[in-house]
Amino acid sequence: METDLMANGWGWVVAIALLKSVGLLVALLVFVAFILLADRKIWAAVQLRRGPNVVGPFGLLQSFADLLKFVLKEPTIPAGANKGVFLLAPLVTTTLALAAWAVVPVADGWAIANINVGILYIFAVSSLGVYGVIMGGWASNSKYPFLGALRSAAQMVSYEVSIGFVIITVLLCVGSLNLTDIVEAQNGKYGMLGWFWLPLFPMFVIFFISALAETNRPPFDLPEAESELVAGFMVEYGSTPYMMFMLGEYVAIVTMCSLTTILFLGGWLPPFQVVPFTWVPGVIWFVLKVCLVFFMFAMVKAFVPRYRYDQLMRLGWKVFLPISLFMVVAVAGVLQFMGWAP
Amino acid sequence: MSFAQGFFYLFSIVTVGSAFMVISSRNPVHSVLFLILAFVNAAGLFLLMGAEFLAMILIVVYVGAVAVLFLFVVMMLDVDFAELRQGFLNYLPLGATLGLIFFIELAMVITIDVMDPKSIGGKAELAKTDPSISNTEALGRVLYTEHVYYFQISGLVLLVAMIGAIVLTLRHKAGVKRQNIADQVARTRDTAIEVKKVPFGQGV
Repeated sequence: METDLMANGWGWVVAIALLKSVGLLVALLVFVAFILLADRKIWAAVQLRRGPNVVGPFGLLQSFADLLKFVLKEPTIPAGANKGVFLLAPLVTTTLALAAWAVVPVADGWAIANINVGILYIFAVSSLGVYGVIMGGWASNSKYPFLGALRSAAQMVSYEVSIGFVIITVLLCVGSLNLTDIVEAQNGKYGMLGWFWLPLFPMFVIFFISALAETNRPPFDLPEAESELVAGFMVEYGSTPYMMFMLGEYVAIVTMCSLTTILFLGGWLPPFQVVPFTWVPGVIWFVLKVCLVFFMFAMVKAFVPRYRYDQLMRLGWKVFLPISLFMVVAVAGVLQFMGWAP
Repeated sequence: MSFAQGFFYLFSIVTVGSAFMVISSRNPVHSVLFLILAFVNAAGLFLLMGAEFLAMILIVVYVGAVAVLFLFVVMMLDVDFAELRQGFLNYLPLGATLGLIFFIELAMVITIDVMDPKSIGGKAELAKTDPSISNTEALGRVLYTEHVYYFQISGLVLLVAMIGAIVLTLRHKAGVKRQNIADQVARTRDTAIEVKKVPFGQGV
């Protein structure tokens, strides 16, 4: 890095990094727009409805129409709100959600920053996501948002613990915190059967469920539970600030989907190392896998009823934490005993 | 001024500025938010020194968990900070003395290098690291071999603190209904349902 800067002059390096970031940002936001539509369409299909179908062919442009609607409306700030924090909260949510993408490798070598501690970086940034919710809930100066913020603080901190242990088991098998190394470690002769979802299947399930809780997706959407808290921490928000929350939430969901892909589904690797599969570029496999994981997220939303708050806490602390702790010890033991440790 | 130097000044100015705002802002929630900003910028300083593992752990542990709990508590408590500030001048000498002692200790650590317990009285040697391994690996190699006892002892201290906190707060009140998941799962048709023959016109 330092030598790069010396050789080219740092202006050039910054310009290239900026270009890459803008490219990724545009691709990501367009992807999120369609993911949002897919979420609504899948949900509708499960309930035998049509879903959004008016704007554009099959309602494909619905998200863009929503975007215009949000941006063109007048933002309102409650009189009793703490103005600065109130406006800062959605910005924090969106910025942090997008910041995680700085290290995600969407194909071999296609990461803006290929850093040594990539997985820790994503974990750190996603653990900061809770601040947007807490700040929004507190600054609104209203009962329901505050209750939503309190629930969210406890929920996200609890599920981070089990996500952390799941990540540790994967790291034990890889021996590196670099995301590219994690994907490469799954590149074996068995193709998709050698990806970590099969050998670490219990952890895959725990990670998936914890990812739902971490991103406040149903059945764990207690921070916004509309049947009891109206919309939780977002009650007082409207127009662009609301859209920022929404956007941040969906970007965080896509981040979690791609993290699942990288940790357990072999990232950009083709399912089998034989000819028709290897012709397809890695980025397409990556996007396909992210879509698959998101489809599972959407189906869970469609047919699992919401958890009660004490059930959620019990699941996190009394079920997932002991299982994942035990699995860390078990995986470490097996790796050491069999001499498979990298 | 090089690229890294520019970032160094940016991070340090924001760290010092937000640390000042922590103690001077009127609203306790703002104080905690500034504290978080200070943590994040300190992590940035770690990154500039090439300690990327420490930087990320600082964010995960302090910002992602500890500060969330701070914020949680500060938001819930209705503390009148204006009242708290009234004794400011009375406590100033004590606070200033503590600050001075801490500052002198820090200065000693930095100038005489007594960080390594093996080299008390002498110059500490920086741990020799192989530049080809990442600093996560380098830390792991030292932590689990040379300093394994300190590591285990600190773990034990944390365990004792955790059990202490649980013992202090765990109370079983009599007469409170609790959900027992195992009991619920163990219910069968036989234990849950009773079919009664109700005589006509009498009720159960």
